[in-house]
Formats: sequence, C-alpha cells, structure tokens
Amino acid sequence: MSLYLLCFVLFCVGLYCVVRKRNIIKIIIGLAIMEYAVNLFFILIGYRMRGRAPILEEGQQILNMVDPLPQAVVLTTIVIGLAVAFILASIGIRIYEKYGTFDITKIRRLRG
Amino acid sequence: MKSNQGGMTLIVKTVTRLTVGLILIYGIYIVLQGHLSPGGGFAGGVIIALSFIHLLLAFGKDTVLKRLNEARGLLLASIGAIIFLILATLGFMGKYYIFKPAREFELFGAGIMPLCDIAISLMVGMGLFVIFLALVLLIAEKKKR
Amino acid sequence: MELHLILIFMICTAIVAVEIKDLISSVIALSAVGLGLSLAFLILKAPNLAITQLVVEILCVIILIRATIDKDLPLVKDGRWLFNTISTFLFVSAFLFIVYFALRELPVFGQPLMRVSSEYIAVGSRETGASNIVSAITLNFRSYDALAEAVVLFTAIIGVLAVTRKIGKINEK
Repeated sequence: MSLYLLCFVLFCVGLYCVVRKRNIIKIIIGLAIMEYAVNLFFILIGYRMRGRAPILEEGQQILNMVDPLPQAVVLTTIVIGLAVAFILASIGIRIYEKYGTFDITKIRRLRG
Repeated sequence: MKSNQGGMTLIVKTVTRLTVGLILIYGIYIVLQGHLSPGGGFAGGVIIALSFIHLLLAFGKDTVLKRLNEARGLLLASIGAIIFLILATLGFMGKYYIFKPAREFELFGAGIMPLCDIAISLMVGMGLFVIFLALVLLIAEKKKR
Repeated sequence: MELHLILIFMICTAIVAVEIKDLISSVIALSAVGLGLSLAFLILKAPNLAITQLVVEILCVIILIRATIDKDLPLVKDGRWLFNTISTFLFVSAFLFIVYFALRELPVFGQPLMRVSSEYIAVGSRETGASNIVSAITLNFRSYDALAEAVVLFTAIIGVLAVTRKIGKINEK
C-alpha cells in the first residue's frame, strides 16, 4: 500500500512540473516523469510475492509466476512514449525557430 | 559547434571503429532470441538504431550521409512495416497452417514469431534512425542561417 | 525493502530534475530517474521491460540534449507567483487524498488476481512453442496490439518528417 502511494507521489511531481513551469523543455521532462510513474504502477499491480520471472526453462515445473499480462502491455507503452517525446522535441525546436524563445507565455502574445 | 562537420576526436573515432560492429551484432542477437530469452523485437530494434546513431555522432553527418541517406532508411522501414502487415493479414484470412509451431526451446521452433520479430525490429530501428537524422539536419540547417 | 529505497531515490531525483535551473543538468537528472525505474523493473521480475526501458532511456536523453545544446535559458518568475504555487499544492494534496481512498480497493500488494493470465501460463508454451511467455502474449495471443503499435510509431515518424521540412521553398522565388 505504501508502495502505491509513493508511486503516485512520483506522478504528482511530474504533474506539478507540467502545470507550473514555463519552459517547454521542462514540460517535456514533466511528461516523461508522469509516464515512468504510470508504467511502474502497472507492474506493481501484477507482482506476486516470491514469484518468478515469466520465462520457462527446460525440464522444470514452475508453479508461481508473476503476472505476464501487464508486462506485455507496458512493453509497447514504453516505445510509444519514446515516439511522443521525439515529436514534442521537434515541435519545441520549431517553436524556438519561429518565436526566438522557449517561454510559453510570450508565445501567445507575439503574432508571427 | 564543430561536432557536425568533422566528427569527434581521434580517440572517439578509433573506439567507435572497434565497437560499432559489436553493438549491431548484439542487437541482431537480441532480436533473434526474442522467444527464448528476455528481449524481443522492440528492444533489439532500438539497439540497432543506437548503433547507427553512434556512427553518426562520432564521424559527422557528411561521412554517414553518403552511405545511408533518408530515402534508403525510409525504404527499409517501409519494407519492415509491409512484411508485418502481410503476416497479420494472413492470420486474418485463416491461412495459418503454413507456420505451425513445432518444438519448444529451440531457435526455429516458434512458428511465426521470429518473422514478426525481424519485421518489427527493421521498422523500429530504421524509423528511429530516420527521425534522428531529420532532427540533426534541422539543427544544422538552422545554424547555417 | 529495496523497492522503497529505489522509489525514494526516484522521487528525490525527480524533484531535482524539476527544480534545477540549468537545462542540461535537469535532462541528466531525468536519465537518473530512468535508471532507477530499470532497476525497479529488475527487482519486480520483469527482465524484458528492464532491457527495453534502459535502451529507450538512452535514446530519449540523446534527443533531449541534442535539442537544447545551445539554448541554455534561465527560467523567469513573475506575476502572481504565490497564489499559483499555493493553489497547485492544494490541488495536488486533494488529489493524493482522494487517491488514498481509491487505492484501498485494490488487492493487497503481492497477491494479484490472475484470471486470464493463469490460462496464458498453462497453455502458452505448448501452443506457441515459445519459452518467453511475455513474447508469446505480445506476438501471438495479442498480436494485433503489436500491429497497432507499429501504426502509431509510423505516424510518429511521418509527423516528425512533416514538422521538420525545409521551410523557405516558397520564399525563394
């Protein structure tokens, strides 16, 4: 239970960064932290006490395994998060070229 | 910055020549053993992309762009995506008897899964390399102006 | 016990990454958070994910450093700073309070209900011929999820190529 709460505290650190900061690169960093917290929460739910990794070996009967289904889901989520970070970084570079600043409050006032 | 025109110093170039082939072979190994050992298509594809990016960062973009420009990279990524689409459509139409899983714990025994792994790794690896190339060209062109 | 320590390390490094004023230092602190996450995956018996998270973290840090290498801006603070900060803290604490009541309904940590997964574990190796059950689920039992993820990656590639096109073709006439 305390592990779940610590995981959500990490999520809230990322959320605070997205809401309060003005630099676009800081907002990208906050989104990455939120994504790490969500992936960790998925895997925490599927853990079995004294379980084993979900890989079979020859000639062995394995009785207790951790849950393999959340791991299969998070595997694709990690790579998709990387692709989203790529697009955000390229949009950030384009905004810097056009407006000359990374500050999001000044972008609204200038008219290109 | 000079790291786009001439690449990095001599020490970095020598070490890169020794290790970039090993990184590529390690990536291919992780892709092919995806159904027996931890790994799979996605992790192996990212490692292959990292080996090409290592080459690009150490030798400068002019040397690498002569061999592997954007068009060829996009062609390889599209080939990977089309192979995966064909495999998925075969399953949809019910013609799966070609790939029957035969034996466990062996390299060629899992039916369709190694083919899927190879297609995914091709698409992920070359796609991420093409994105990195586009960002590098954007930053280099902005500095010229 | 080790999981608690790793999570506290990740929270402290995340606070450092959020609050520091130098951009390159905060990107490097983000990579420390990713390393802690990879160690946590290893302790939670998920070796597939540990490998993937480690290499994806490296690529993410390379891209962020490449995007900010000569734009080292300090952050500015003006306006209604005190009111904004206090209202954000109030919102975050209200969120955590409600989350505590929601988390009490989940099963106890360490005893998951594995209704579907027990089927996958029982017949997985015999039917697919793979020893790695996570790969068998990703590429055989739920392989259309992998197809959708390939579509998303391709859309991301096309999006980046569209955003970084060379401007100025029309202006040169």
